Amino acid sequence: MKVVVIGAGAIGAACTLALAEAGAEVVVIDRAGVAGETSSRCEGNILVSDKEPGPEAELAIEANRAWRTLAERLDAERVPGQPATEFEAKGGIVVAFGAGAEALRSFALSQHAIGIRSDALDVRALRKAEPHLSPEIAFGMHYPDDAQVQPSLATQAMLARAVHLGARLVVDEVVAGVVVAGRATGVRTRAGAIEADAVVNCAGPWSGEAAALFGSILDIRPRRGTILVTAAMPQRVFHKVYDADYVGAVGSGDAALQTSTVVESTPSGTVLIGSSRERVGFSDEGLLAPLSEIAAKAQRVFPFLRDTMLLRTYHGFRPYAPDHLPAIGADATVAGLFHAAGHEGAGIGLAPTTGALIAHALLGTPAPLGPTPFLPARATLQGADGRGSDGRGAQSDARHGKGVAA
Amino acid sequence: MSVRITVDGVDLEGRDGQTIAGVLLGAGRRTWRTTAGQERGIFCGMGICQDCVLTVNGVEGVRACQRAACDGDVVEREARA
Repeated sequence: MKVVVIGAGAIGAACTLALAEAGAEVVVIDRAGVAGETSSRCEGNILVSDKEPGPEAELAIEANRAWRTLAERLDAERVPGQPATEFEAKGGIVVAFGAGAEALRSFALSQHAIGIRSDALDVRALRKAEPHLSPEIAFGMHYPDDAQVQPSLATQAMLARAVHLGARLVVDEVVAGVVVAGRATGVRTRAGAIEADAVVNCAGPWSGEAAALFGSILDIRPRRGTILVTAAMPQRVFHKVYDADYVGAVGSGDAALQTSTVVESTPSGTVLIGSSRERVGFSDEGLLAPLSEIAAKAQRVFPFLRDTMLLRTYHGFRPYAPDHLPAIGADATVAGLFHAAGHEGAGIGLAPTTGALIAHALLGTPAPLGPTPFLPARATLQGADGRGSDGRGAQSDARHGKGVAA
Repeated sequence: MSVRITVDGVDLEGRDGQTIAGVLLGAGRRTWRTTAGQERGIFCGMGICQDCVLTVNGVEGVRACQRAACDGDVVEREARA
């Protein structure tokens, strides 16, 4: 089977790898190159800690297992041009201020019921795990299964392996979908037509725009996030440490700015400080407000950050689905068109299992879990709720993004 | 004129006006920081890359390529645990 994958971010790379390993002939197309957008503007989270019981949590639990196997497999035998994934099973610590402790504890208990492991940390255990944490914080939960990859390198690693297996990477822009008698039969790029038996839309926050090229609707919108990067320093943050209010910010559909502290160190010695969420289309304006709010909140969790020099900041656009579930599987109306999109901030973590579900949908390989909750044909993605509180539907966001995406 | 500094307890001598990086390179040291298991030293040499940082007199993150060596400076390597 010949497959075109639109988008060479983490999701596109994972789908390309899964399809190539299952024997498909894959061409992956991206206008910006490998991990050129969302997948290089994030933290590389592989989290189970922030998932409340439900389909996305089940997907995250399976993907957490899958990443361990995949990272080990990729890193053990690197083909030419394949970087290390920098997979780190560092574990997460969720901390709560004062009265937030009870809510955090009961959230963790609800997760235990579906197999997400965590242990309560009292003041002493917290200090031992994270000695530089604010003395104001008296309670935390440790999630041993939270992990991280360097997202850009991990994406490159997946694609390098896929290319080694015969997949082809094309840096070009898809300008049209080819649909014959209700069936997707390929794409047209600036360079010309590419025929395929199936097309997989992995265009991240631009997935709505990509679906529209085939006359279909997929209501995925951009949700902006910003991150601060400190200068390299001796290691003072040992886990992924985040404030318990992060779970609320992730689950919220609010268009207005939301920030919640996430702090972690990287192998190069820098500390990444997040996070923010706001629906402002693909705008690059007004970054100071989220950045200063993040900086202020992070100092409450780790007071030493007050005297730390920042190297840079960056921002990117998460693919936001109105019902907070990724869209994985066949398109509602166009045969041969598939989507793997809308993972919002969890795309890196959910990538390998998303790839496996796409291989299942196209080639009938075994599904790692039931695909039904993620099928893109569900009503919430058909544009019925296509006008968010920010006044932009998927299509207007997509058009707005066209000019700034390159 | 010369300046004397100590680097991880070892005395080094340099010329007056040299940067700490200059003193280290003059003493034959090519690298003085470890990150992700790899050695780091001067990369850009002009204060941008942050690869040459050291702890000087207890202050972390000092760029060796930008800081003039002063008599009696106590310099320590930085490593990610």
